[in-house]
Amino acid sequence: MAAGSSRARRSLGGVLWRRPKLRALLLLAPPVAWFALIYLAALVVLFINAFWQLNPLTSQVEHIWNVGNFTTILHSSSYRSIAFRTVGIAAATTVTDVVLAFPFAYYMARVASPRKRAVLFVMVLLPLWSSYLVRVYAWRQILDHDGILNWSLQKVGLPAANIGYTNTAVWIVFSYVWLPFMILPVYASLERIPESMFEASADLGARAWGTLRRVVLPLALPGIVAGSIFTFSLTLGDYITPILVGGAGSQFIGYVVYQSVGISNNIPFAAAFASVPLVIMAIYLLVARKLGAFEAL
Amino acid sequence: METKSARIGLRIWAALVICFLWLPLVLIMVYAFNSSNVQSWPLPSLSTKWFPVAWHDPQVREAFWLSIKAGLTATGIALVLGTCAAFAIHRFRFFGREAISFVLVLPIALPGIITGMALNSFFTNRHINLSFWTIVIGHATFCVVIVYNNLLARLRRTSPSLIEASMDLGANGFQTFRFVTLPVIATALISGGLLAFALSFDEVVVTYFTAGAQNTLPLLIFGLIREGQQLPEVNVIVFAVILMTAIPVALAQRLTRDTGVLRRR
Amino acid sequence: MKRVIVALAAIAALAVQAASAGTSGLPTSIGKGEGKLNVIAWEGYTQPEWVKPFEQQTGCQVNFKYAGSSDEMVALMSQGGDSQYDLVSASGDASLRLIYSKLVQPVNVKLVPSWKQFNAAFKSPPNNTINGVHYGISLQWGPNTLLYNTKLVKPAPTSWAAIYSPKYKGKITVPDNPIQIADAALYLSKSQPSLGITDPYELTQAQFNAAIGLLKQQRPLIVKYWALASDEIDLFKNGDAVIGASWPYQLSTLEAAHAPVTDTIPKEGATGWLDTWMLSAKAPHPNCAYKWLSYISTPKVQAEQAVSYGETPVNSKACPYMNKLSKGSCAQYHANAPIAYYKQIKFWKTPLATCDNGKNDCVPYPQWQQAWTQMKG
Repeated sequence: MAAGSSRARRSLGGVLWRRPKLRALLLLAPPVAWFALIYLAALVVLFINAFWQLNPLTSQVEHIWNVGNFTTILHSSSYRSIAFRTVGIAAATTVTDVVLAFPFAYYMARVASPRKRAVLFVMVLLPLWSSYLVRVYAWRQILDHDGILNWSLQKVGLPAANIGYTNTAVWIVFSYVWLPFMILPVYASLERIPESMFEASADLGARAWGTLRRVVLPLALPGIVAGSIFTFSLTLGDYITPILVGGAGSQFIGYVVYQSVGISNNIPFAAAFASVPLVIMAIYLLVARKLGAFEAL
Repeated sequence: METKSARIGLRIWAALVICFLWLPLVLIMVYAFNSSNVQSWPLPSLSTKWFPVAWHDPQVREAFWLSIKAGLTATGIALVLGTCAAFAIHRFRFFGREAISFVLVLPIALPGIITGMALNSFFTNRHINLSFWTIVIGHATFCVVIVYNNLLARLRRTSPSLIEASMDLGANGFQTFRFVTLPVIATALISGGLLAFALSFDEVVVTYFTAGAQNTLPLLIFGLIREGQQLPEVNVIVFAVILMTAIPVALAQRLTRDTGVLRRR
Repeated sequence: MKRVIVALAAIAALAVQAASAGTSGLPTSIGKGEGKLNVIAWEGYTQPEWVKPFEQQTGCQVNFKYAGSSDEMVALMSQGGDSQYDLVSASGDASLRLIYSKLVQPVNVKLVPSWKQFNAAFKSPPNNTINGVHYGISLQWGPNTLLYNTKLVKPAPTSWAAIYSPKYKGKITVPDNPIQIADAALYLSKSQPSLGITDPYELTQAQFNAAIGLLKQQRPLIVKYWALASDEIDLFKNGDAVIGASWPYQLSTLEAAHAPVTDTIPKEGATGWLDTWMLSAKAPHPNCAYKWLSYISTPKVQAEQAVSYGETPVNSKACPYMNKLSKGSCAQYHANAPIAYYKQIKFWKTPLATCDNGKNDCVPYPQWQQAWTQMKG
């Protein structure tokens, strides 16, 4: 019994060994089928919707091909400023996170003892497991008019910083929530730099800053770019943080898209406006690939 | 290598970043003891009355178990699909290899609202009822890339000579997989799986669009936040989640440490 | 003689068919509860105070999804919700959209015993009854109020002008809802009578542009457009807002948290809502749904919800229960003399292109939504 089944397995294994193309096909079939039939199909249908229109009288989607949604977006100063504002805050968040994460990751990779490194790892990952919603909501308590920040400033005698419900608050909170997503890839790429690089650089006469600039940063760049993909893309499409901590001026792409779908039920317009972050991310990803970020994800 | 002052500076910076990361978490844990149901500072008084409320709330329990079940199922699917994809991309060169890598990254690279909208339209147009399974489909789709990336990184660092040696010693394909490949990739699978589960457990945007009347924990939390009168209960829930997840996170960290199997130069 | 009998029989048959045509497909009795009930509700409509006894009595466990605007409710129902949720507490500006999109089904009011006790105006109002067919049971109604901080806003405001003036710049909040354009129009109908606005939901392009113009002027004064009820509660509690447009729910929550706030209906009047519990077209738990409808329309529960939220019940027998829960609440919410007060409120309704005066040049709602988003941006 056992001999028969093992022979069957061996012959099946042999067939698969001799036909690598068959093996490749069998391995690829499940994920490709899943993505093609579900995800890509859904995306394609969604973006076809962008070329249709919502009938203003019946509120039903009319299958009439036109670029009305896109012209509305391009010609309206509000939508243009919404797009620029979103890209601006995504860029600000990314830069902030790089500045915050790089020294931290450097410390973790090069200075901290292995035990400290393990503890730091856990302390960076644990916030990711606790509710994103509640962490953002907690920032309201800090940045409110009568919140912790102003209370502390008052105690020290400084004037109140009224950043509650402003875009500054949105920037701070975005930088906060995506920080672990920047720390991890930067750490991964810094950790991969062998010690011999540092020694060689010192042997060739470079001091600390020179080594940093000419050896470490270029090698860490893939990790930084990988992290920036996360921070940029997550900021571009997020609507929850603007809803919770944003103010009247916090109109971002994600929120407009969400309003169009979840409230106005205007899927064609939502799809058209959603193509803006899509195009931006596509360009970003192509540039990132050139900089080798996909190896470091 | 680094100067002493640099080391001290870095240490201080790291401490500040940790404080920044944990400030809201500490706040959440403190506010779990808020006696008033409206959040303000300073706290009017402390009370533990919300703990039994959260414990006995059937909606909280239902949402919690739904999140766990959806997470496990989605992670399971993602492990299968991600492993298949990683092996295929690693071992074979074929037309469209780059394209497949790109497509797998899309669910995470694109804003969640696009994925959510697309899936919702997809299901509604085909008259597929939104249910537990539509939630799982949504989650599995963006979890695949996490398993795939983890596994691919590990495969790239593994020497192919191991497989050849195993074959030379007489093992067939299945035996090689079971005794040689699997132990090497096991930790990558587990850490990928844990990360995927974490993402699914806390996901709210895609879930909002793919859930029917069910509430996962994040959806329930969002509802309680908007209602505005049960916020301490929300803080209690998150407090509990932080405590419960400390162990799996520590475990994941242990496993991602490089066990170094014949590292390529 | 035979022909007369045949004719009478035919007429009788037609009469029977006509009578049953209106009620064909409607259930004639409430069956056993399915153990679960999924509802889409306004924040504050499903408090444990009256939900827990319902769950204990009927065994139907209630799951709720909150929505902050009628648009959200319609969107939820359109995007697969009609087979997921059993009931939706739709206001007048959502109910007709839901009916015409066939997302809700008619209800048999005979299965709701308390329906007979409703005030006449709410038994078959035009926003949930079409040609005698009831598409839901009226629930509660109330005004959109002007909420303000009694310590920081002096003198007490008497006009909606208070939220359009720079006096409280950066501390004003209004709902993030396109229907707010009607509130601006309502204010303009009294402050600029030359515009000729009679119905704030039926605006010609010129009147609409004037309202948008007013809102654009207001935009720099706003700290936040609140989308979640808890947003406004937090804004007032933590000192970020001192005056704004609100629902009575926020007031009762803030009062319970000892915040120094109160509300008022300014002299220009107010917009408001009249809610209906509507039954989804493909409700998965119809028996529990009918049990809920029967329960929520009884005088005691109507009173509990009215006092908790701050709105007016439709059941005429709710008054004594209201006064027992909170002395004077019956008069405060005009539950005992509703009609005069009711006529003052401009209830939410979906703006259509067809105006009541027979013309077709009013601005339809999708344009309201676009204009609102662009105004904020």
